[in-house]
Amino acid sequence: MSAEQIVFEAPEIMIDRPTHYCPGCHHGIAHRLVGEVLTEMGLVDDTLCVGSIGCSVFIYNYLNVDAVEAPHGRAPAVATGLKRARKDKFVFTYQGDGDLASIGMAEIIHAANRGERISVVFVNNTVYGMTGGQMAPTTLIGQKTTTCPGGRCADREGSPIRMSEIIGGLGGTAYCERASLDSVKNIRRAKKAIRKAFEVQQQGIGFGFVELLSGCPTNWRMDAVAANKRITEEMIPYFPLGVYKDVTAEGGCECSESKEDK
Amino acid sequence: MADNKRIFIKGNEAISRGAMAAGLKCYFGYPITPQNDIPEFLSTELPAAGGEFVQAESEVASANMLLGAAAGGARAMTTSSSPGVSLMQEAISYLAGSELPAVIVNINRGGPGLGDIGSSQGDYFQSTRGGGHGDYRTIVLAPGTCQEGYDMMIEAFDLAFKYRNPVLVLGDAIVGQMKEPVTPWVPEKINNYGAEDWCLSGAKGRDKRLLKSLFLEDGALASQNIHLQEKYAALQAEARADVFACDDAELVVVAFGSIGRIVKSSIRRLRAEGHKVGLVRPLTLYPFPANVLEDLAKQGKKFLTIEHNCGQMVEDVRLSVRKYGDSDFHGHMPGNLPGSDDFVEPILARLGR
Repeated sequence: MSAEQIVFEAPEIMIDRPTHYCPGCHHGIAHRLVGEVLTEMGLVDDTLCVGSIGCSVFIYNYLNVDAVEAPHGRAPAVATGLKRARKDKFVFTYQGDGDLASIGMAEIIHAANRGERISVVFVNNTVYGMTGGQMAPTTLIGQKTTTCPGGRCADREGSPIRMSEIIGGLGGTAYCERASLDSVKNIRRAKKAIRKAFEVQQQGIGFGFVELLSGCPTNWRMDAVAANKRITEEMIPYFPLGVYKDVTAEGGCECSESKEDK
Repeated sequence: MADNKRIFIKGNEAISRGAMAAGLKCYFGYPITPQNDIPEFLSTELPAAGGEFVQAESEVASANMLLGAAAGGARAMTTSSSPGVSLMQEAISYLAGSELPAVIVNINRGGPGLGDIGSSQGDYFQSTRGGGHGDYRTIVLAPGTCQEGYDMMIEAFDLAFKYRNPVLVLGDAIVGQMKEPVTPWVPEKINNYGAEDWCLSGAKGRDKRLLKSLFLEDGALASQNIHLQEKYAALQAEARADVFACDDAELVVVAFGSIGRIVKSSIRRLRAEGHKVGLVRPLTLYPFPANVLEDLAKQGKKFLTIEHNCGQMVEDVRLSVRKYGDSDFHGHMPGNLPGSDDFVEPILARLGR
């Protein structure tokens, strides 16, 4: 009799419970990657998580780490205070695009610019998820949402904001990369990006930022497969994947276009 | 730093030194007049003492940095002045909802809106009614002298940790900007009331901790609000007032902070002229010393509330004495700096003289 063998276990930091996320949502994958990296880096006992607003506010239900909840957009400020109070701990925020790129724009820019020794996981799905599919700063031109029902128009609503390009250009940023969760290959790269963004904090070098292009099938009004396809075909061309700053790389600062093809 | 030798300093510096004597570890702030002496002083003194000083990008950010540091269990504070404190209200609501200890100093200036940079007590409602969204209260202390500014910072941190609640120190431009002799002192022991048992410190060897104000499960928010209201009820034990010359007084004047102190001078003068007037100067604005006023009302005394605003604390005075009497009101308009002469006529008018 051949017993079933578990060949792939969840990292110890993950809490064993069903997620509340919609089918096809990438938060589950992003949580898992964060959990794997924290576990592999030996940070399970020393991590402090700053939750934000939106669907991902419940990240604290899935990771077995100490956590505090921040008001909308303010997670980088809360993380600044927390890290200053607990310098020996690992502090990260987990924020969506409405939270980070709209109401929280000032806090993310200044925390990065000060070089706060914190790490930020930025989940960009070009829409407000929990509040029901309204336009985000990252909503693509032509994308329909409940508050731009005719499709986002650059003349009317402005162009989608590219956060990694902005964060990569700031003095205090030690590592900034945009990754994607649309394919197995990109998910593997995303994990490495998260690890790099976490390592620069651990090494005391500066601010770490990782943007994860993600799907929101419910608010995009499409199935999970179509959502992945949209990331590949529509989001990545506008939000190029790659490293936007890495002070640990040879030659110091690196602000590059996509390195995907290199 | 505090070697019990009298020093001649501004109220803002007294507040800064008092906070450091109370064990301040993290300060976050944003420049606004008339409180700038506080961040300026702490930008050198706090890092030198091993603490953290951050000039935030806004009052919104400084109040949220305060939230983060409080979650980490640190003795932390922010300071600002009226328009800046308005911007902090969201974070203060979260601090109250998450039951985090923090100290917020408001050096009250004139309003509404941009107002002016002169003294005012126009933020009484904002301070004592919660100020932000939801059912919550902040403990509010009201210094009237530079020495009280120093002393009340030590008290503020103690109360914040004792009750796991934000504490507001409501000064004003007069208290912040005047210079007086202050005797510094350091508390023998700093009691964090078991903060290490709830603060975020990494979940090694124990269950994870979660500090939050979101309660979605059926009944969970109701339970939290019941718990908060019980805490606010227990707070009543902390109500304090400076009661001056009230025993034989026909008229009791109620005034707080710097105005209470100026009124005291008016009352001393009127006493010297034989008028039977006294003063109750609330030292805690929330909890409000209602019992003190009710006891005096029971004795049949008349009341006059004097404020540097258009009439705010007078509502609390009326609520306190309502079973036995009422209170008149005299408001000194923000935008004009009062002296003790300004209050003599209004007091005499209420005495019927």
